[in-house]
Amino acid sequence: MEFFLSRYRNLSVLVAAILAQLVLLAYQVRTHGDVRLIRVWAVGAVTPMAKVIETGRSGASHFFSDYFVLLGVRDENKRMKAELDRVKMENQYLRTELSTADRASSLAIFQKSSPSKTVAAHIIANGNDVATKEVFIDRGSNSGIAPGMAVITPDGIAGKVTRVFSAYAQVLLVTDANFAAGVISQNNRVHGTFKGQGYEGAGKIEHVQNEQKIDQGEWFYTSGDDRIFPKGLPVGEVTTVRQGKAEKEIYITLSGFRNGLEEVLIVVEGVHAPIPDAPLTDQAVHLLAPPPPDAAGGAPVLQPLQTGPATTDADRVKERYRKFGEQNNHVYGERSNGAPNYNAPVKPEAKPEKP
Amino acid sequence: MTGFSEDYREPLRKERTSMFNVAVITGISLLAILFRVYVSRFVPYLQYLELPLLVTVYFSLMWRSPIAGLLFGAAIGLAQDSLSHHELGMFGIVKTLVGYFAASVSLRVDVGNPLLRLVLGFFFFFFHQLLYWVLARALLGEALDFEVTQVLVLATLNAIVAVFLYQLLDRLKITG
Repeated sequence: MEFFLSRYRNLSVLVAAILAQLVLLAYQVRTHGDVRLIRVWAVGAVTPMAKVIETGRSGASHFFSDYFVLLGVRDENKRMKAELDRVKMENQYLRTELSTADRASSLAIFQKSSPSKTVAAHIIANGNDVATKEVFIDRGSNSGIAPGMAVITPDGIAGKVTRVFSAYAQVLLVTDANFAAGVISQNNRVHGTFKGQGYEGAGKIEHVQNEQKIDQGEWFYTSGDDRIFPKGLPVGEVTTVRQGKAEKEIYITLSGFRNGLEEVLIVVEGVHAPIPDAPLTDQAVHLLAPPPPDAAGGAPVLQPLQTGPATTDADRVKERYRKFGEQNNHVYGERSNGAPNYNAPVKPEAKPEKP
Repeated sequence: MTGFSEDYREPLRKERTSMFNVAVITGISLLAILFRVYVSRFVPYLQYLELPLLVTVYFSLMWRSPIAGLLFGAAIGLAQDSLSHHELGMFGIVKTLVGYFAASVSLRVDVGNPLLRLVLGFFFFFFHQLLYWVLARALLGEALDFEVTQVLVLATLNAIVAVFLYQLLDRLKITG
């Protein structure tokens, strides 16, 4: 053995190194566990350098633009951009509310309800793998970030937190091929699953049957089914929709990356919002006034649809079944007593006694 | 391997082995990984530049020690794995093999020749991508695409970068 190891020392070390990593890999695949120590070391070694360089880069960039190019305009631009983002979020929320209720009540709802609680973060580095769309952000468990939290921008969804370290977190972007989220269409309320395509700006909606109706230009919003993204966040607009073998093939353009991706919001406490209706057209539509509330407040009493005399065969059969049901104390649609004997002769109704 | 060939090779290898400062090796490795995760943010096309691989090949060629090469490859690979979302070990295994084979090749050829470096850079990039694809399919069941034309083009570009990078890194060798 000793002779073998000394003679084939290089090969032995190679086999040992490969075996050790295979065991490591098998352990992770089998247990779905993570070897956190190695990751913490690597992230701890690389991300501080990335942050220092990023700070230096943005500092130098700000210095030149602030003092040599646009003195004073930079601050105003930043303030206006922040204001624009805030207004966009408010606008999105208001649009959602206004399209489902009247203006006054939605304003009241907006004032009463608070939007999702978010934490702003800055992207400091990309992930390592070319095939994977992931980034590192400068917020971690110290800021209350946890794995599985939704990452959004004012324009739509951006990704979800996959791993969290003390001061950093790893985010899987919506463009990654492994990313999925529950979505719902705006016009027809069709549920589906959004999947990333591995390249920028586009995605696919899966699990929508051919029979279901999706229009080109229709918007998809988060449905809240995945328990990650709050309901009602915009995902993207349908660019292509066609019949597939069993399911529709639907491609969308993502809305979350419209203005680049440098700063994002992590949803710490999500608030579900209703899906907005289709955009209103300019054409005026006459609507009836809403019905008055019930005075008694009890359960509504169902009235038979046919109030006049039976005129058709169907009416006569229906009337016959109704009488059977009344005589046998049978309620149609319930299986407790079994169905009555429909062939038995109908008992003549008792005539009211004359006074 | 016969005793004669071992005796014949050993002095040659020691004579040609290059030495580097530990700080230089650590710094170059970290910069290579940092390049992958940071610079590609601003220039997306640079994400196809596999600097960690090129650095692994370079040090393995220069050290002429298969054990040092495979351990260095494993370390760089595991660090890359740590910064990706998939399981640890994929890049580790691939770069371990690259380090081993690069060092084994260096025992037989003159690795200072730019043309040979170009060929080795091309070969090891292609080998790296192919092996990663095979492992991802076989071990993780991932349905990754392997576009031969794209990989060949990227291998050529990486090989050209490798020639200039290696000349730069040659200046960091400890002389004397």
